Amino acid sequence: MSIRAEHELHSRRRGRNLGIGLMLGAFVLLVMALTFVKITNIDFGDLPGGAIQTQESN
Amino acid sequence: MSDTSTTTSGDYESQLGDYFALLKPRVMQLVVFTALVGMLAAPVSVHPVIGFASILFVAIGAGASGALNMWWDADIDAIMRRTAGRPIPSGRVQPGEALAIGVALSGLSVMMLGLAANLLAAGMLLFTILFYAVFYSMWLKRATPQNIVIGGAAGAFPPVIGWIIATGSFSVEAWLMFALIFMWTPPHFWALALFMRNDYDDAKVPMLTVTHGRTSTRRHILAYTVLLVILAIGTGFTSIGGPIYLATAVVLNVLFLIGAVKIWNRNEDDSEADNFLVERKFFRLSLWYLFLHFGAILAEATLRPYGLGGWS
Repeated sequence: MSIRAEHELHSRRRGRNLGIGLMLGAFVLLVMALTFVKITNIDFGDLPGGAIQTQESN
Repeated sequence: MSDTSTTTSGDYESQLGDYFALLKPRVMQLVVFTALVGMLAAPVSVHPVIGFASILFVAIGAGASGALNMWWDADIDAIMRRTAGRPIPSGRVQPGEALAIGVALSGLSVMMLGLAANLLAAGMLLFTILFYAVFYSMWLKRATPQNIVIGGAAGAFPPVIGWIIATGSFSVEAWLMFALIFMWTPPHFWALALFMRNDYDDAKVPMLTVTHGRTSTRRHILAYTVLLVILAIGTGFTSIGGPIYLATAVVLNVLFLIGAVKIWNRNEDDSEADNFLVERKFFRLSLWYLFLHFGAILAEATLRPYGLGGWS
């Protein structure tokens, strides 16, 4: 039995699905940007054991 | 919540815009603006990406509480003219969908704000959502004529959350911004209740106009406006105020007080004769009132790094 490429439901919901897809994509990009900012601005001295590591490296 | 009848045919396919309308976009605008001002007025700078993400999650949290409110209030929304066109009473979104969206977005926004900013801000957002959706919508709104007064706190929390996003702690300045919205809410909504006169009666919502009468409501508007004027002008002498804020506050509060006195002096015949012209003007002014007060706080905060904002 062949699978129809596009059900009528898909065309009816195209706008909605496209919108949700775009929002999910934007959310992924936002989480990536947040992660990048958090990692690049991290103060390693604040981490557990960070002060010891800083002293050792001196 | 009781069952609601839908006015749209069963084969209607909900569109993205219908779901977006569940989030009360106009309320979200106010939340975004006041939370942003709270964040920028704080003495600690925030990375633009973290600031953007945090305000976005606060907006999503506010939208989620709006969806939960629409789910719970669908029965009375269907009765009131002002709200009959909302997605659930008009049949464009099913109540169960609104509940699912509200719960999912609440969880997402609180979790993401905790990750983007700090746990205190996330906790405050959760408290605000519960305050509005559970304490106000499910209990206060239908139980007491003080619903607007106490429930107004929910709309007043965003600048506090904005401040916590930046500083990670509470402060007097944040609570001053809270108080400004808290004291502004009753005269704003009671003016609306005066000219949307049958809506709340029909829906059996114990609005002050219904329980204590319209003359008493006019007195309450004046009383709260006097307290608001003292608070709003007094804020001008604090660290979030300054010459720009004070000048703005003096002009707006004089106009607001004049409007409240006019409302107090009118009787129902006067109001009926001109279709509540004074009450409508007062309501419109109240929108500008809040926007310009927070705009002035933002102006002071923006100019402060250049030695121009504030009193120093």
